[in-house]
Amino acid sequence: MTVARVATGVALLAVVLLAGLALYWVLTRPQPLSAEVSAQAGTPVDAPLAAPGPAASDGKDVFNVAGCASCHTAPGAEAADAPVLAGGKRFATPFGTFVAPNISPDPDAGVGDWSDADLMNAVLRGISPEGSHYYPAFPYATYTHARPSDIRALIGYLRGLPADATPSQPHEISFPFNIRRNLGLWKRLFVSQDWVMTDPPTPEATRGRYLVEALGHCGECHTPRNILGGPDRDAWLRGGPNPSGKGTIPDITSAGLDWSQADIAGYLKTGFTPDYDTAGGEMVDVIQNLSKLPQADLDAIAAYLKAVPVGN
Amino acid sequence: MKLPGSTFSRYTLAGLLGVTLTATAVLGAAHMDKKGLEDAIKARKSHMQLYAFNLGLLGGMAKGEIDYDASSAEGAAANLAALAAMDQGRYWPEGTEAGMMDTRALPEIWSKMEEFDTATDGLIQATMTLEEAAGTDLQSLQAGLGDVGKACGACHKPFRKPE
Repeated sequence: MTVARVATGVALLAVVLLAGLALYWVLTRPQPLSAEVSAQAGTPVDAPLAAPGPAASDGKDVFNVAGCASCHTAPGAEAADAPVLAGGKRFATPFGTFVAPNISPDPDAGVGDWSDADLMNAVLRGISPEGSHYYPAFPYATYTHARPSDIRALIGYLRGLPADATPSQPHEISFPFNIRRNLGLWKRLFVSQDWVMTDPPTPEATRGRYLVEALGHCGECHTPRNILGGPDRDAWLRGGPNPSGKGTIPDITSAGLDWSQADIAGYLKTGFTPDYDTAGGEMVDVIQNLSKLPQADLDAIAAYLKAVPVGN
Repeated sequence: MKLPGSTFSRYTLAGLLGVTLTATAVLGAAHMDKKGLEDAIKARKSHMQLYAFNLGLLGGMAKGEIDYDASSAEGAAANLAALAAMDQGRYWPEGTEAGMMDTRALPEIWSKMEEFDTATDGLIQATMTLEEAAGTDLQSLQAGLGDVGKACGACHKPFRKPE
């Protein structure tokens, strides 16, 4: 019977579609931190402009390594000791233009009324307080490796920075990239909890691994990306086209960079290359942040870079 | 060359010479041929090399690769300050930007000339501070050098094309 056959076909198709949707729903579901981890983060903060907690000085170091100010200060803002994280910088990419949001402690325009758990989920999992995925222009694929205690310290520091009432601007992303739910799949494909360097040769390089792979997010620019914008971990730090702008990002493994450890640490401190040329482009901001770190941490980053495997 | 006459006349002469040079430069820029443009680029690249040569000594001391020596540090820092203070008006004729010539100079140098001047002033300030600090001790040298690095970056970030 043709009618029965068509009906069966339609029913089957419906089942397949529903199953597919259910699978999509499950695979793309945001996965916040466990209650355990976020409970450790403390109770929601009532006073939006709460003074920074006792960990603020460490929080400042975390802030500087993680480079929050480079993206979240307003375009053209002067470097400041207590930066105003008003947002507004634009990042043109093959997927559209992302606009850095206001993450100052302003309760309306910024993140002042978010709980610590909200902020931890944002940084460590790339999930908003409403439970939607953030775009990976926000380098949570890196920060996911950070120690929760360090991110708590960072949050304490952020809460003590000046508030700014400039509203965040929407990203300019078109279909299909504007469907945030899809980012759940992106995360499954490209966010890994594993270190790239599985076996750092020295304690110094281990510290450097933490600074580079968990906070400094060097790999976000220095590692090439595939057509879905996922990092190619097999070509870790081997350089490639600039993901948001002109030019090429250099290879910073020892295959592409024959600088000594002291040269690298010196560059991160002052911006001078071994030939006394100087940093340009986005590295200027990076060095502005990194130059505030203890010398031992800059040496550690350099030790890590010297130890990065260069592949075949 | 030792000029004859009083200080007054020497400065007057220098002033007149300056006016003449400036006038020539403006005229020259208006009729500059390709060779003239290339020469300007060559001049500014050479200027950068002179920075690098002097920074090499100071940076080597800051990194601990060269033993700190107050008088040679002071000399190199004084050179940097002198270089930064030199008039560079003729280095930047229109038409010498990236894409048109062999240079990484971005067109923003000409469209945002005021910001470019501010960045240049930043280097003058930083090198003057370094000149005072370099002969004091190694720590002062390191701190002063860090600020010079920042001043370099403050110009290279907005005005130099990334490689």
